[in-house]
Amino acid sequence: MKLTTKLLAATAMVSAASAANAVELEVMHWWTSGGEAAAVGKFAEAVNERTEHTWIDGAIAGGGDTARPVMVSRIIGGDPPAAFQFNHGRQAEELIEAGLMLDLTDVAEAEGWEDIVNPPSLLDACTVDGRVYCAPVNIHSWQWMWLSNAAFENAGLEVPSSWTEFVAMAPALREAGIVPLAMGGQSWQQSGAFGVMNVALAGEDLWFRINRDKDASAVRSPEFRAVLEAFGEARNLAEGLDVLDWNLATAAVIEDRAAAQIMGDWAQGEFQVAGEVEGEDYTCLAGLGETAILSTGGDAFYFPVTGDPEIEAAQKEMAALLLSPEVQVSFNSAKGSLPIRGDVDLTTVNACTQTGLDLLANGNVMPDGNQLIAPDAQSQINDLMTEFWNDPAMSIDDVQERYAQIIENAS
Amino acid sequence: MAIAESGETTVTRRTAAAKKPIRLFRNLWSKIALTPMILTAVVVFMGGTIWTIVYSFTNSGLLPRLNWVGLDQYERLWSTAKWIVSIKNLAIYGVFSLTFTLVIGFVLAALLDRKIRFEDTFRTIFLYPFALSFIVTGLVWQWILNPEFGIQGIVRGWGWESFTFNPLNDPEIVMFGLLIAGLWQGTGLIMCIMLAGLRGIDEDIWKAARVDGIGVVKTYVQIIIPMMRPVFVTAVVLITSGIIKLYDLVVAQTAGGPGIASEVPAKYVMTTMFGGQNLGQGFAASTMMLLSVVIILIPWALLEFGGRKRG
Repeated sequence: MKLTTKLLAATAMVSAASAANAVELEVMHWWTSGGEAAAVGKFAEAVNERTEHTWIDGAIAGGGDTARPVMVSRIIGGDPPAAFQFNHGRQAEELIEAGLMLDLTDVAEAEGWEDIVNPPSLLDACTVDGRVYCAPVNIHSWQWMWLSNAAFENAGLEVPSSWTEFVAMAPALREAGIVPLAMGGQSWQQSGAFGVMNVALAGEDLWFRINRDKDASAVRSPEFRAVLEAFGEARNLAEGLDVLDWNLATAAVIEDRAAAQIMGDWAQGEFQVAGEVEGEDYTCLAGLGETAILSTGGDAFYFPVTGDPEIEAAQKEMAALLLSPEVQVSFNSAKGSLPIRGDVDLTTVNACTQTGLDLLANGNVMPDGNQLIAPDAQSQINDLMTEFWNDPAMSIDDVQERYAQIIENAS
Repeated sequence: MAIAESGETTVTRRTAAAKKPIRLFRNLWSKIALTPMILTAVVVFMGGTIWTIVYSFTNSGLLPRLNWVGLDQYERLWSTAKWIVSIKNLAIYGVFSLTFTLVIGFVLAALLDRKIRFEDTFRTIFLYPFALSFIVTGLVWQWILNPEFGIQGIVRGWGWESFTFNPLNDPEIVMFGLLIAGLWQGTGLIMCIMLAGLRGIDEDIWKAARVDGIGVVKTYVQIIIPMMRPVFVTAVVLITSGIIKLYDLVVAQTAGGPGIASEVPAKYVMTTMFGGQNLGQGFAASTMMLLSVVIILIPWALLEFGGRKRG
């Protein structure tokens, strides 16, 4: 309560300083699906009602890969929006180095972001040379497996509590005519699932050696080879379901045609929309039930340099607002993501979200791959893993060596 | 008559003497009207091309920067499996698309030209897909070829349980799944161009052929097709430019999958530049695309258009 009051006071002070200067803030983002649009509406509401500025919505449909080039070309072209969304990580690194992003260090200090942002790695991802350049708003984690309770029941099985158990049950599922693992055809899904298996089966230390220290010998290790072999076997588990989009793969689990899917926490929204209940219809396993840890990906807002002091003040006011407790609660409750501060309670929480919150509170977290690996190497890894997944003739030696080379050349 | 003629010549001569013909000012207005186009061509096309080539020798990431790395980007490009697959795919798609579009387009046009009933209706039906964007075509065919809801599902529903037609999920034949969609969209236009060419053939040629007792097919192959050479050139240019640009169809229909089995060069350029934030690599790939077009297209264009002028 005391902290909240202080924060409000700080916000009020910032507001007072710029009271006479209402500006229009154009905000670009790619949140266009139903739940996402509702969530971003909470931000717009907060800006419109709690400041004298106006939120101009600049949504770009088609996801991050479509939206990011548009945002970057606007910024380089000298017509930047007031704020824009990027994922946590290194996507905006070059824009910051080129001096195109507004330095938010004074806001971060006034609001005490260093103390409230949990896990701290999210603020680290915003920090370049000791200066803060972005405002993290939510946490999404990849490290989940979603299981259909009915599918296991139909095959006369108990719902497994780990990946190892799940693999052992696969033949029985097959006999019952159920595809054990649902996997969509897009490269990011296959690469993402591999990342989850990497952490779950070989532990976070190996993952850190590869992704943080860029240690190619870790890739050439037998432990990593075991993960590649497990991934190659998972390929057989996924045979028999030909879908492209992730939500169609999730739909197969919802309809009990497939038993499980490795997918981030955004998949839970699909279960909820379908009216499924956690515990009865579906089960979630954090870290595949092997290594309970959350990766902390998600979204952050960046504020381009405009050279206009009025807009700059409004941008800073907005940055402070996005991290305020009320806005964090209303936004993340609508989005289905976790808040970036540990001192707030979400309005509706089911067991899966609670597991996530507990892991977060206990510090069982690790950075998202995007925070450590530059987009260039990340996209090479995506290509390699999707090639491996779709080409059973590719030898493990070959994949291991090519993975090692990407890591060697990565920055 | 003679007086009038001599009068005219004097007038011309007098004007010529009064105004010294300066080459630059001949057709002045048309030249002024052309200026914006010339500027666009020089500044945007040539300038952009040169800029791209120059920056393909740098290690530009998200933002272009002049940090020379020599041929590194090209070395990486040619050692990337995805790029090699892209090139092979484009070659497969190109050869089949060019052949089938020309053959099907011409056969349809020839059939329509046989003065069939409801010609207008058929023409509209065949041309209609061309009015759709590649994105729509890609999505439509993604569903038609979907094993559960599309052709395979329907045929199995009729009782033929072992029927398998699932090109979009088979890396070996996925390019043919794209080819079907590409042909469905593209042949209508080529058919119309061919039909226009056929209508331009003098009726007397047909009469002469009939008098000489030459069969219909033989007339088409040996007389009509050689006469339609310019029409075929136009068609080939249109089809080839479509092949090189192949991008949106792939994005909408397969997203490059399964795996990297249906990647194409244009998609490689887009994903490395904007997904991978590696402009240098994307520029190197687009320079290679330009180079291949230049190597194939320029000698051919010189032969085709340069030769005619001299002849």
